[in-house]
Amino acid sequence: MNAPIIRIRGVSKTYDRSDSARPALAGLDLEVRAGEALAVLGRSGSGKSTLLNLIAGLDRPSEGGVEVDGVAVHELGEAALAEYRRTRIGMVFQFFNLLDDLNVEDNVLLPAQLAGMKREQARARAGELLERLGVVRHAKAFPGRLSGGERQRVAVARALMNRPPLLLADEPTGALDTASAADVRDLLRGLNAEGQTILLVTHDNALAEACADRTIELLDGRLVRDTAAAPTSGGGR
Amino acid sequence: MSAMSKVVRAGVGRKRVQTLVMVLTTMMSVTACILALGLLVAAQGPYERSFTDQHGAHLNVVYDQSKVSPAQLAAAAHAPGVTASAGPLPAVMVQPRSGPETTLPPAGSPLPSMTLVGRAQHGPMDDLRITKGRWIASPGEVVFLDGHSPLAVGDSMELPDLPGHPTLKVVGLATSVSWSADGWVAPEQVAGLTAPGTTPAAQYLYRFAHAGSDAEMEADHAAIAAAVPNGAITKATTYRPVREEANRTASTFVPFVTAFGVLGLAMSVLIIGVVVSGAVSAATRRIGILKSLGFTPAQVARAYVGQALIPAGIGTALGVLGGNLLSVPVLGIAHKALRGGLLGIPIWVDVVVAVAALGAVVGTALVPALRAGRLRTVEALAVGRTAPGAKRAAAGGAAGRAGAAGLMSRVQDLIGRLPVPRALSLGLASPLNRPGRSATTAAAVVLGTVGVTLCVGLTLSLSSLQGGLEADRTGKVVVQAPFDGSKPVDHVDEAAVVKAIESRPGTKAWYSSVPVAATVAGNTGRTEVVAFAGDASWSGFQLVSGRWFHGPGEVTVSAAFLRTDQKKVGDTVTLTDHGRNTPAKIIGEVLTTQDVVFTDRSSLEPLGGAIHAEAISFHIDLTPGADVKAYADGLDPAVSPMGLSADPGEAHINIVVLAMNTLAGTLTLLLSVVAGLGVLNTVLLDTRERVHDLGVLKALGMSPRQTTGMVLTSVCGSGLLAGLVGVPIGVVVHHLVMPAMANAAGIDVPDVDLTVFAPSVVGPLILGGLVLALVGALLPATWAARTRTVTALRTE
Repeated sequence: MNAPIIRIRGVSKTYDRSDSARPALAGLDLEVRAGEALAVLGRSGSGKSTLLNLIAGLDRPSEGGVEVDGVAVHELGEAALAEYRRTRIGMVFQFFNLLDDLNVEDNVLLPAQLAGMKREQARARAGELLERLGVVRHAKAFPGRLSGGERQRVAVARALMNRPPLLLADEPTGALDTASAADVRDLLRGLNAEGQTILLVTHDNALAEACADRTIELLDGRLVRDTAAAPTSGGGR
Repeated sequence: MSAMSKVVRAGVGRKRVQTLVMVLTTMMSVTACILALGLLVAAQGPYERSFTDQHGAHLNVVYDQSKVSPAQLAAAAHAPGVTASAGPLPAVMVQPRSGPETTLPPAGSPLPSMTLVGRAQHGPMDDLRITKGRWIASPGEVVFLDGHSPLAVGDSMELPDLPGHPTLKVVGLATSVSWSADGWVAPEQVAGLTAPGTTPAAQYLYRFAHAGSDAEMEADHAAIAAAVPNGAITKATTYRPVREEANRTASTFVPFVTAFGVLGLAMSVLIIGVVVSGAVSAATRRIGILKSLGFTPAQVARAYVGQALIPAGIGTALGVLGGNLLSVPVLGIAHKALRGGLLGIPIWVDVVVAVAALGAVVGTALVPALRAGRLRTVEALAVGRTAPGAKRAAAGGAAGRAGAAGLMSRVQDLIGRLPVPRALSLGLASPLNRPGRSATTAAAVVLGTVGVTLCVGLTLSLSSLQGGLEADRTGKVVVQAPFDGSKPVDHVDEAAVVKAIESRPGTKAWYSSVPVAATVAGNTGRTEVVAFAGDASWSGFQLVSGRWFHGPGEVTVSAAFLRTDQKKVGDTVTLTDHGRNTPAKIIGEVLTTQDVVFTDRSSLEPLGGAIHAEAISFHIDLTPGADVKAYADGLDPAVSPMGLSADPGEAHINIVVLAMNTLAGTLTLLLSVVAGLGVLNTVLLDTRERVHDLGVLKALGMSPRQTTGMVLTSVCGSGLLAGLVGVPIGVVVHHLVMPAMANAAGIDVPDVDLTVFAPSVVGPLILGGLVLALVGALLPATWAARTRTVTALRTE
């Protein structure tokens, strides 16, 4: 069994500081092993996105600690957090979050360029990812010209650019039509099959079932269910 | 509260930083405009204004009362042309020394002889205005004419030649538009200042129906002289020289104040335009929401004009207040330099500037508000969801990158390929997202750079010009007859003085200058001829054209001489003295405001060489490290027996140059702050508009330092461009303004005073535009770096 890549210990998060405030996360403990595909399910306001933000280092826990790939994320300063995001994680968002004034290739190149990777090396890696994700023909196009599914593929390519050990996906099919959603589902499943650790936040049970080998469910900031999915013929490990 | 006022109030309160920037921008712009316009008004006929305000006199006459009866004096008040008169005022000529409480000059030093008049501060004519200290409260006090006082307030002077050795304490300085006396004392004091056996003189002040020219003044003077016995008038001075000096000084202010005024106005309109239109454009999505709720385009326009007018109105009110407060010291300096004019901003200036500023706000808010009001609601609603530049990028990518959009995209591509970190190239390319706004802000920085360049150029030129104009006071040590005439000098043994100077350790170089009796043939003795001996090459005299004389038969002349005698460099003049003539070639034009001819002493040998011995002065330069005071003290005993004294040369502060530098500095500072605020606002708007992208970049691993670098580099291009464009424009404006100022002062500008923009000056000035832009962008950059990623990502 692989070692845990994510260790969450007694994490609470409260946005409102008043005594009567309801925590977004309340004393959460969680471990995710390398190579695992974990789907976090829950209704709106259950704490899914808060959990993702804490793991991504976009936000800080009110209590407890978050450790990812051996890094105590909750203890990092802003500069170290930027370094952490560049090297340890890749993020895929519901609305893609591609920069509209940069073309596809430049969008994909960004994480490598921010990390200071050599230009030729970065271009080679971007070309390889675009090829693999089937959007290489759009390399010079601007995101506004692409379909939703194609944009999400570009977003995935960008997330994988620096070979992060952990891929975080926040409702990756939430803004897509059925066909594109299926497309992205297959893509994530394929990546996980190749060993990529994925933490997927969704309220789409179908996506969770298709992509994840483990599912947790949050309710009012607490873990209410933690189940391993049945192996499927087309995906998982 | 109506829906409209709720929308306006909410809009103002919601964007506090933007509102604050709008308040500050309009405040600084209005302050700068009020000051510039106030200065322009102050420079328009300051003397005439003061003359009217202070009931000036055209002619000041001092009568010897032993030679004229009171009836004759009363009759003189009705001489032809006299419209008003005042007097008699007791007057006395005194020969004072500095008193015991005086440090500069040292106690006991002889002071110039002076006319003191006993009178009240106010009267029917020639009201006196106190500029420092207070008016006389009792006998034993004196108030001096400001600008010509030998002592400072608090000092004292004594009159050792009079019985009881009276001492007068200087309690104030005052201005007189008629320059009616050197100082004023209590009327009952005058008797005690009068030498035994004599009677005080009587001063009368006159105003005439016709006194607009020297000829009219001569006729007026003659009319008064005809009304009294011969010899009754001991002294008569007119207002004309004071007026001419004041108006000449004032007219030198006009070109540079105009230049700064135009710069200030243009920049203020630009910045107000950028700030207001940016604020309205940034609210397009909100306008979409308002329209979806039923607001008509006209209501939207009214709401956003109102939203802009609230902070702009506050800024304008503060600016009017600030302008008027700042005008007190600034106009005070100008008033001192101009010897008159305004001491406060006229109300019409406040009104005109305020109305113009608010008009600019309405105009610049109306255009984008109407445009947004006419947008289809769905389009307006979509604005906030798309980063600026995205539409263009998509269009550029779609249509084979044709047209301006394609060009912008190609430029963006090129910038992206620059060998700089990606965060910086992203910053460099970001002005292309809002080319219009970026260009307007860059234009404002250009104007700021022009202002700074002009200010630096003026300061350097005026400093250099002042050095040239005061070259006749050159010398670390000066040997000359004491100015109080305490030791009559009939003959100076120049060879002995030169020997004493040359034998003294520490002497580096010397020259002597002396006005001579010779004149230029044909100009009725108007021009002063000054003869030089020794090496004057280090003197600091500046040449407008030609060269300094090198030997006999050559003269260097002033612009006033060339103009009045209609000569040019290369012409020959005849020097004449007691019927003897000698030709001399004009070999160069020297910078000086006097009507003067400079030549070598050898040129005058054919004329007999008579000199005014009491006016000779020896100017001495010392070797580095020599102690000036010790040198002067050591030389003094050697020259004292000849009736001369050796003293350290004095550094003179020219109040006009000081005033110009202060005004230029103040206006430049204001313009720079306005330009900086414009940059701050632009970067703030850009950063706010792209805050979501900022969140994405941070989520991808952009560090705070990279974020700061990206935002700062977003203004580097425009800052550098502003420097490259603004500095040459500033140099051109300087080259137009300086000669215009010099022309107004009746001089030509030597190249050395005009070519002040050495590479060591231009380099920092070019970088100045960059610095201005970076300073303006610093705050938004810090804000961007501190923005929490998760908050930015949530922002639409």
